[in-house]
Amino acid sequence: MSKKSTDKTAAAAKKTTSAAKTGGANAAPAAAPKPAASGPNPSHSSPVNTALSADEKVELYRKLVRIRRFEERSLRAYQAKKIGGFLHLYIGQEAVAVGCCSLMGKDDHVITAYRDHGHAIAVGMDTKALMAELYGKVTGCSKGKGGSMHYFDPARNFWGGHGIVGGQVPLGAGLAYALKYKGLKGAAMAFMGDGAVNQGAVHEAYNLASLWSLPVVFVIENNGYSMGTSQARSSAGELATRAAGYDMKWEIIDGHDLYDVRAKMEPLLRRAREESKPALVEIMTYRYRGHSVADPDKTYRSKTEIEDYQRTKDPINLFRAILQSEGALTDELIEKIDTEARSEADFAADFAEASPFPTPEDIQKDVYWEADNPSQRTSGGRLFFN
Amino acid sequence: MPLITYREALRHAMAEELTRDENVVILGEEVGQFHGAYKVTEGLLEKFGPKRIVDTPISEAGFIGLGVGASMLGVRPVMELMFWSFYSVAFDQILNNAANIRYMSGGQINCPIVIRGPANGGTNVGATHSHTPENILAHHPGVKVVVPSTPYDAKGLLKSAIRDNDPVFVLENTILYGLEGEVPAEEYLVPLGHADVKRAGTDLTIVTYGRPVIQSLAAAQQLQQQHNLSVEIVDLRTIRPLDIDTVLASVRKTHRVLIVEEQRPFCGVGAQLAYMIQNEAFDELDAPIQRLGTVDAPAIYSPPAEIEQLPNSQRILKAALATMGS
Repeated sequence: MSKKSTDKTAAAAKKTTSAAKTGGANAAPAAAPKPAASGPNPSHSSPVNTALSADEKVELYRKLVRIRRFEERSLRAYQAKKIGGFLHLYIGQEAVAVGCCSLMGKDDHVITAYRDHGHAIAVGMDTKALMAELYGKVTGCSKGKGGSMHYFDPARNFWGGHGIVGGQVPLGAGLAYALKYKGLKGAAMAFMGDGAVNQGAVHEAYNLASLWSLPVVFVIENNGYSMGTSQARSSAGELATRAAGYDMKWEIIDGHDLYDVRAKMEPLLRRAREESKPALVEIMTYRYRGHSVADPDKTYRSKTEIEDYQRTKDPINLFRAILQSEGALTDELIEKIDTEARSEADFAADFAEASPFPTPEDIQKDVYWEADNPSQRTSGGRLFFN
Repeated sequence: MPLITYREALRHAMAEELTRDENVVILGEEVGQFHGAYKVTEGLLEKFGPKRIVDTPISEAGFIGLGVGASMLGVRPVMELMFWSFYSVAFDQILNNAANIRYMSGGQINCPIVIRGPANGGTNVGATHSHTPENILAHHPGVKVVVPSTPYDAKGLLKSAIRDNDPVFVLENTILYGLEGEVPAEEYLVPLGHADVKRAGTDLTIVTYGRPVIQSLAAAQQLQQQHNLSVEIVDLRTIRPLDIDTVLASVRKTHRVLIVEEQRPFCGVGAQLAYMIQNEAFDELDAPIQRLGTVDAPAIYSPPAEIEQLPNSQRILKAALATMGS
């Protein structure tokens, strides 16, 4: 095996040791993630999971499948050159967004980076509007102005979709600041990739959140690679334990196991809401595709590595097996969910295809609140120089 | 009307808006206990308490980003940059987030944030602390840029900025903080995007903003007395939105234009003004448009040299005479 392909494994092994070693010093001892297949996992019997009805479990499974089928369909559209720009697929990471967002209450908020399709579907956005956004159509969730990296739906407490690595993390702290200022019992989740953790703005946000006791959970989705650079080659030390330097609680989670995500996120979100305290979690996950579709994905990791993950840790397969063993899913239902998810994705693509593009006049709308609300115009001068 | 300083005018604007709207908060380095590096926020902590007047760590990207996030959820943060020179540290948050968020979200998200603080040179603090990035900021759609020159304007413009639903950047001039001027005791607003004719004249239009307004007024007085020239001074007050119509009206009256800006001319605000004047009032011009700015180099420390590097009344007077062809 090449050195490159062992980077991830080495980083994961190092993390396990270190987590076990430092966990005792942390307010919340972080258990090393166990391989989901090796025996009973206490997260599975966590109240937040056992309280789920069979229907709710099926819904969680359905969301995982819907995300994957949506992205597979978007990939085909991209390859057919129907979609421009970058396409950062979330395939392999679905249990992270679905697990975390399934815990949201009415005053909880989410912000994420450019790999945002999974989070958008997880918070309940309409896949038609999401696909149309990829196609650059006015029916898109950002009217064709944002694209793949810039999905938004404030009505569902989803604050984007941000293209600059780590730049959204202080905004997440700001959402939490606003909740606290307004006296709302909510929490913000600020997602980032493992490539973001070395950005200064991320550390500034950690510091502000801890210093001001803000109700935010910072979520690192560690898929092992900052674009094409493995974690071992990009980050010194541990990612989760950096929280200790900010006197912030931390946790390491198995992101292939939806139940583990829910079991370990729930107490942190509850603590954020009830005690207004921040936390940092590192969710171990993996992406099957390149950084974006433009990434040939051949120079920095092996095919074997990807296939191993797909075979042993696929979050959809693992959750399906759990639900089957619990009797919540039948073969017939599995088939039905998959067929429906494929149809939904196709329908979204058809909708996107049939939708109009923005007009030249649309280009200068949505720049200023003032320009779009002329009846309440309070100002003079020219906003544009055309 | 009471006579107060530019600094007090800004403070009164914030105090009135803090009183009027409970969503307004003041955040920045040293704005609370230390009363602001330039004492603009003096007394606000004592009056409004630590929930409304918040001292931040030295971390511009972090706290400006936090302000942007908070503004998306309905808080109206007024953020102080200790120096506008530090905009570069928070540039990602200012441009990629504050300026873009409304557009990228298809108009779903507003960012009613104000970022204010001292800009410009003249205090002998060298190249890292003398920036005045109004041209760089105004280049980006989605934001508004305000540069007040008098206490009256400073108060009225800042109050409008705080009530505005778009991101507004208020560039104050460090040297003007002590400038006194008449400010009404009763509440008033100066709307954004309205230039002000600070002095009426018939022979030459000086288009300017910020501290050079004050210097141009002094030069105009000399030009009147010594050269019998009647100079009109148009104070832009806001760079974006830009009130070009007031500028054009003045040009149609005087037919000669000198643009004075306290920034380096290359890619500056004056370049845009000159283009728009020649584009929309070319036939009105009796002479080429002239520009006077900061001498094109990083800000020099040496105090006497810095006076020469920046616009000053004597440089303005000479440039005005050159524009008149004498």
